[in-house]
Amino acid sequence: MGELRLMKGNEVIAEAAIRCGCDGYFGYPITPQSEVMETLMAREPWDETGMVVLQAESEVASINMVYGAAGTGKKVMTSSSSPGISLMAEGISYIAGAELPCLIVNVQRGGPGLGTIQPSQADYFQSTKGGGHGDYKLIVLAPASVQEMNDFVDLGFELAFKYRNPAMILTDGAIGQMMEKVELGDYKPRMTAGEVESKTGSWATTGKTSDRDYNVITSLYLESSKMEESNRRLQEKYIQMEAEEVRYETFQCEDADYVLVAFGSSARICQKSVELARAKGLKVGLLRPITLFPFPKKPIAELAKKVKGFMAVEMNAGQMVEDVQLAVGCAKSLATVTYFGRMGGIIPTPGEVVEAIEQKLIEA
Amino acid sequence: MTEEIIIAGFGGQGVLSMGKILAYSGVMQDQEVTWFPSYGPEMRGGTANVTVIMSDNRISSPILHEFDTAIILNQQSMDKFEKTVKAGGVLLYDPNGIVHPPTRTDINVYKIEGTKIAADLGNVKTFNMVVLGAYLKAKPVVKMESIKKGLEKSLPERHHKLIPLNLQAIDAGQEKLETVNLVS
Repeated sequence: MGELRLMKGNEVIAEAAIRCGCDGYFGYPITPQSEVMETLMAREPWDETGMVVLQAESEVASINMVYGAAGTGKKVMTSSSSPGISLMAEGISYIAGAELPCLIVNVQRGGPGLGTIQPSQADYFQSTKGGGHGDYKLIVLAPASVQEMNDFVDLGFELAFKYRNPAMILTDGAIGQMMEKVELGDYKPRMTAGEVESKTGSWATTGKTSDRDYNVITSLYLESSKMEESNRRLQEKYIQMEAEEVRYETFQCEDADYVLVAFGSSARICQKSVELARAKGLKVGLLRPITLFPFPKKPIAELAKKVKGFMAVEMNAGQMVEDVQLAVGCAKSLATVTYFGRMGGIIPTPGEVVEAIEQKLIEA
Repeated sequence: MTEEIIIAGFGGQGVLSMGKILAYSGVMQDQEVTWFPSYGPEMRGGTANVTVIMSDNRISSPILHEFDTAIILNQQSMDKFEKTVKAGGVLLYDPNGIVHPPTRTDINVYKIEGTKIAADLGNVKTFNMVVLGAYLKAKPVVKMESIKKGLEKSLPERHHKLIPLNLQAIDAGQEKLETVNLVS
């Protein structure tokens, strides 16, 4: 069993990065995620593992440092909160286009604009449907506990390198700021250039050798045929991700008439709501998408064949609900799909969700 | 066993650190714990609260609308949280600064003169440990040895010399808990 600690979600991101052999972190402070870089700076990992921690002059600079370092085959990351991620959007699109692995952590706060520092899930569309320009996807992981904040750093890097695609941990201020018991992972050594090459092939710009051609990192293809070829390659990866990387969890869905669909902190709230609803004799279950892209369409479609309705519970104006509707529609099911949520940094209570189950789902 | 607690008072009273020591004590006795603070534009003198959940099982929501126990340390928090205690639950408060004491008769109500006791101990900063002691007397959810380990874990080493004083404050709180209302 690994070392047990009581830690904040943000602190765990930093600790997990050091332990999983991350080579570099480039970031810029913003509430409610500032503890990520604070913890890294306090830990001084450059002495321990050689990991670089750098506070850049802006979010735009941070993501471009990530782009450059990722191009050399290094395991690098950044973190920010909603407005900062918007600033990074251009760089993220370039990294996806150039097919480089990296990890981006978004500890969401309320928006739009400068918004509020309170937790929110309003960046679902931004994270899963683009954010930057062009046809690209991120692998999006949504932790629901401090333990998963720890586990998904390693998993995020693993998937990012497997697909040579940026991965995102999409969390929020509630999980970032909350402390829970966490079992930390063991220390993994940082990967050498040779290990990266034997695991993922020769693509990194580590200096040309006489036995191979130049490795080129670019997202620029002026010839349309080349550009389309690059797009096709990206789309093939996304199809493979949809086939192999869907992760989700169900809770009391076996005999459920109604199913809540919620991710991250909303899913934690909904788990309690399911318990409260069950105590009232209502057969309610919960499906928690762990990967938001690839989205668990099939398990929702399967449930749609036997349940009366779904309710997406989100801390936004109703974003993931569209993906639930698509999945239910694909199953040609007549199950109703509705939404309940709060916005602007307000966290719904388990009791509010139960009321919504009764009023918006069952009575409707 | 699951214990859902709200601790609420002024910023600077040690509300968050009391919750942290409690949470760490839970970890020390192998329980699942969640510590969820009200964070935001709050400052010294403003209100602060923290939800602590300790359980033998996986913890669901860190955000709650009702609690097994409320530890209330100012009037604003009394107004907000007295009504959130589950019937049969526990409300513990420090009467210092409380204008309207709790009126519910369906919950167990205790009080502790934490401010006064901490002053008598010669260190007003031990206030939160006096209150913690009182809570543990009313509801012994964690063992004293876990609290001691929790203090060691949550205090930086340079403050470890203060642990005996903190333990003394916890003892004083346990000794001086007053019962206001008991649900039979």
